Amino acid sequence: MEVKNLNKFYGSKQVVENVSFELPKNKVISFIGPNGAGKSTVLNIMTRLISSDSGQVLLENKDLKKWNSKELAKKIAILTQTNHITAKLTVAELVAFGRFPYSGSNLNKEDRKHINMAIEYMELQDFKNRFIDELSGGQRQRVFIAMVLAQDTEYIFLDEPTNNLDIYHSSNMMKLVRRLCDDLNKTVTLVLHEINFASAYSDYIGAFKNGKLYKFDTVHEVMTKDNLKSLYNVNFDITDFNGKPISIYY
Amino acid sequence: MKKNYLFTVSIIVAILILSAVSIFVGAFDVSLSGILSGDYKQLIILLNSRLPRVFAALCVGSGMSVAGLIMQNLCMNKFVSPTTGATISSAQLGIVISMLMLPGASLATRSTFSFIFSILGTWLFVWFIQKIQIKDVVMVPLIGIMFNSVIGGLVSYIAYENDLTQILSNLLVGDFSLILAGRYEIVFLILPLLIISFIYSNYFNIVGMGENFSNNLGVNYKFIMFLGLSITAIITASVVVTVGTISYIGLIIPNIVSMYKGDKIRKSLLDVALFGAMFVLLCDLIGRIVIRPFELPIELISGIIGSVIFIVMLFARLNHGRRLNKKGVSHAKKIISPK
Repeated sequence: MEVKNLNKFYGSKQVVENVSFELPKNKVISFIGPNGAGKSTVLNIMTRLISSDSGQVLLENKDLKKWNSKELAKKIAILTQTNHITAKLTVAELVAFGRFPYSGSNLNKEDRKHINMAIEYMELQDFKNRFIDELSGGQRQRVFIAMVLAQDTEYIFLDEPTNNLDIYHSSNMMKLVRRLCDDLNKTVTLVLHEINFASAYSDYIGAFKNGKLYKFDTVHEVMTKDNLKSLYNVNFDITDFNGKPISIYY
Repeated sequence: MKKNYLFTVSIIVAILILSAVSIFVGAFDVSLSGILSGDYKQLIILLNSRLPRVFAALCVGSGMSVAGLIMQNLCMNKFVSPTTGATISSAQLGIVISMLMLPGASLATRSTFSFIFSILGTWLFVWFIQKIQIKDVVMVPLIGIMFNSVIGGLVSYIAYENDLTQILSNLLVGDFSLILAGRYEIVFLILPLLIISFIYSNYFNIVGMGENFSNNLGVNYKFIMFLGLSITAIITASVVVTVGTISYIGLIIPNIVSMYKGDKIRKSLLDVALFGAMFVLLCDLIGRIVIRPFELPIELISGIIGSVIFIVMLFARLNHGRRLNKKGVSHAKKIISPK
């Protein structure tokens, strides 16, 4: 997947400026940067939730805009941070919607296999027939990930998946992201605010500042004192923890 | 699973019994032996008045409840319905305007006007609530009621100015007593619309979970929204044209069914339709029995029963919401307090 010269304006304000990079396959890629740096906007453009004003997103060398929407839904899946659902659906029913791009309303054996696998992978068997509004925030997040897994896409995009989760649930979420990449060969791209999570669990980091891509490289290349200082305008110290650069800011 | 199945069957049985009773209740005595012996007068009454009345009640009941079901899902709000959106009053406005512009317009012309106006009114309302992005669940139906009052006021004004008050009273108060063979068949339009709704039920569910959610699954949000609201509006308008306004059904029936069936439309649509049909048949029958041989209009009965159920429902849902909020707060406190 390749991003070429993306530009996006909100009114006269340019929120994404000339962003280009190539998404490495079977890796975990985290987008970091201060608020309003354009990282979520780029993620949304890459998943066709919003359109860019100029530039291209190429998937298998074909412009995203030229893809059939059902076919595209079999390649990329996005989970946004606002999943405010008022409908009273059971866990199994919601996960089953992940198969919609494949079979529409008539699920076949193959679909059921994927749904069951996703539910088992996310350890939701016990909640299968519970309504999602009865679940806790962490459990609900797992249900949505299960739906994305049932969708069986090569690329998975997560917009701030650790938002509103406590330390226990967020670290579990990050471990899961790692497993999605290592066990299931997915390419997972996520927007994160916690830079140490990004460092500890990703392969690549895309750092954004003022709508521009400041740096897109491996974790060790991006997580340096100087880079982080100029990104956030805060003093940083970097220490090494189990071979991962961990930042301390003050 | 089996229990739900049993519920559906018992509603069907109830509908059959109520329909039978409905056929034999009225100012003129119709009896089974009379019909079987070929009494001409009784046959005429049966075919021209009693049967059409039952059919109309079934179509209206199922149609209005399914319209409410779809609208609630698309608007992500349990308190939205043709009554608490701008749909019913826009349908009335369409009829009044058709009478004004084309006096002596046929039923078909009036219906067309009503369809167009109710579709436009519903779109306008939904566009409005989406633009404003109201977070409070109760605000949305309140704005809908406001919309309804404004358009309803316009309807009354036009009617009074142009001596159409007679028509106005027929429009505003739903009544089955005017249903006669040859004058009500537009309600049958509801049947194919119910089938289309069933076919698209999963799409409605997906769109009801938001634009991003739909895009992710490759579902065209705008098109499905457009389709769903148009179906709702046409069902409502065809009811208003033939029977007049019937409130609350689209609001309360989907909520009652949702309590035990959940909101997966494909699973609940049949129950919603049957339950609605039963409710309307029952209200109609009560209206005909209370002061027999005279009749009370269905709108009166359904309004009384419906508003009571609505208030109970409102309290139940608000308490539920408040409980959830409290849970959220204590959960947040737990996360913060160790620091």
